[in-house]
Amino acid sequence: MDKEPASLTKKVEEFLQVFKKGEEFTQELLKENEKLRYKVAQLDEVTKFSGREGDFKVNTLEEKIKFLEEENKSLLQRYRVVAEENKDFANRYVEVEAENNNLANLYVASYQLHSTLDFSECLKIILEIVMNLIGAEEFSIMMLDERTNELTIVAQEGMGPEAQASVKLGDGIIGSASKSGEAFYREGDPTDLQGVDYLHPLVCIPLKIKEHVIGVIVIYKLLVQKTIFSNVDYELFTMLAGHAATALFSSKLYSQSERKLTTIQSFLDLLKEK
Amino acid sequence: MPEYNFLVVEDSPTMRQLISFALKRIPGSKIVEANDGIDALKKLSTQKFDIILTDINMPIMDGLKLVSMVRNDPAHKTIPIIIITTEGAEEDRKRGLALGANSYIPKPIQTVDLLNIVNQILGNKG
Repeated sequence: MDKEPASLTKKVEEFLQVFKKGEEFTQELLKENEKLRYKVAQLDEVTKFSGREGDFKVNTLEEKIKFLEEENKSLLQRYRVVAEENKDFANRYVEVEAENNNLANLYVASYQLHSTLDFSECLKIILEIVMNLIGAEEFSIMMLDERTNELTIVAQEGMGPEAQASVKLGDGIIGSASKSGEAFYREGDPTDLQGVDYLHPLVCIPLKIKEHVIGVIVIYKLLVQKTIFSNVDYELFTMLAGHAATALFSSKLYSQSERKLTTIQSFLDLLKEK
Repeated sequence: MPEYNFLVVEDSPTMRQLISFALKRIPGSKIVEANDGIDALKKLSTQKFDIILTDINMPIMDGLKLVSMVRNDPAHKTIPIIIITTEGAEEDRKRGLALGANSYIPKPIQTVDLLNIVNQILGNKG
């Protein structure tokens, strides 16, 4: 019986030892757990903080992107406006250039018309203008004789022998245009011709000093390369209507006065001799 | 600034003035005018030219004869020649180019076209 209590005591002691160790181990585990919980809490803090910082950075970058996108949009808008302005300037440049060339043509034509007081030279210059600047192949200049009311060809280029040398004022297209003083332009394509018809010209430009008609420029056919009348052609027609008329009229008056001067001079010389 | 010497051969004073007017828009341009082919040859013997611009129908010596004479003259055969004429048919154009002209412009001339061709020959951007 004594042996049994002794072994029991031993077992109890052993159990107590194990229990104590278990308690110590548990205590250590609790401490370790405490430490880990502390670390976890610390990590939680760090994560929370870095999350906030990350959010802040993302927000900043997003704002920057938004700003840059806005700036890009505004630059694109400005680029479009500038490109449009540029296009507009280019178009205006082309227009100004064309106008400049037209003015050069008109200037040269009017300069040449008033560069002489010789009637035949004046006629030659008008022929040159109509041929080289307008591009006519067959055309004539007719002058009006106010006593007979007849228009007679005084200069021509490229016309055949079947062309009428004179026309009565009011007769046909040429006579009517000259009587009314209104320019005549045949409708349709100016190159659409089945041979030249001298009764149906392409263009009649009455030569007028104010409202007084002194003659007419008649175009029957254009050069093969001339397909349409451009704006400058109509400007040239208008310019010729006035300037060619004054140039022809003044050169004719000058020639007449020169002749009269010579006659008077001859008379004076005769009187002196007597 | 480079200097360009042009010889304008035309019997019509109106066309001479118009062509000269257009050429004056090229910076450094100097223009000499001749009334016909003979007058042009005289001027060629006294001065160097960068381009000759000539009409075809002229008295005394026409433009085609002038082109042919210039091309057969070792001293002037490399000078670029532009024909400006009322003869607008394709066969006239071919004839002019076959004789040695560098370009062929039918009248009435457009200043822009003339300047483009001249600048192209001179190597300018225009």
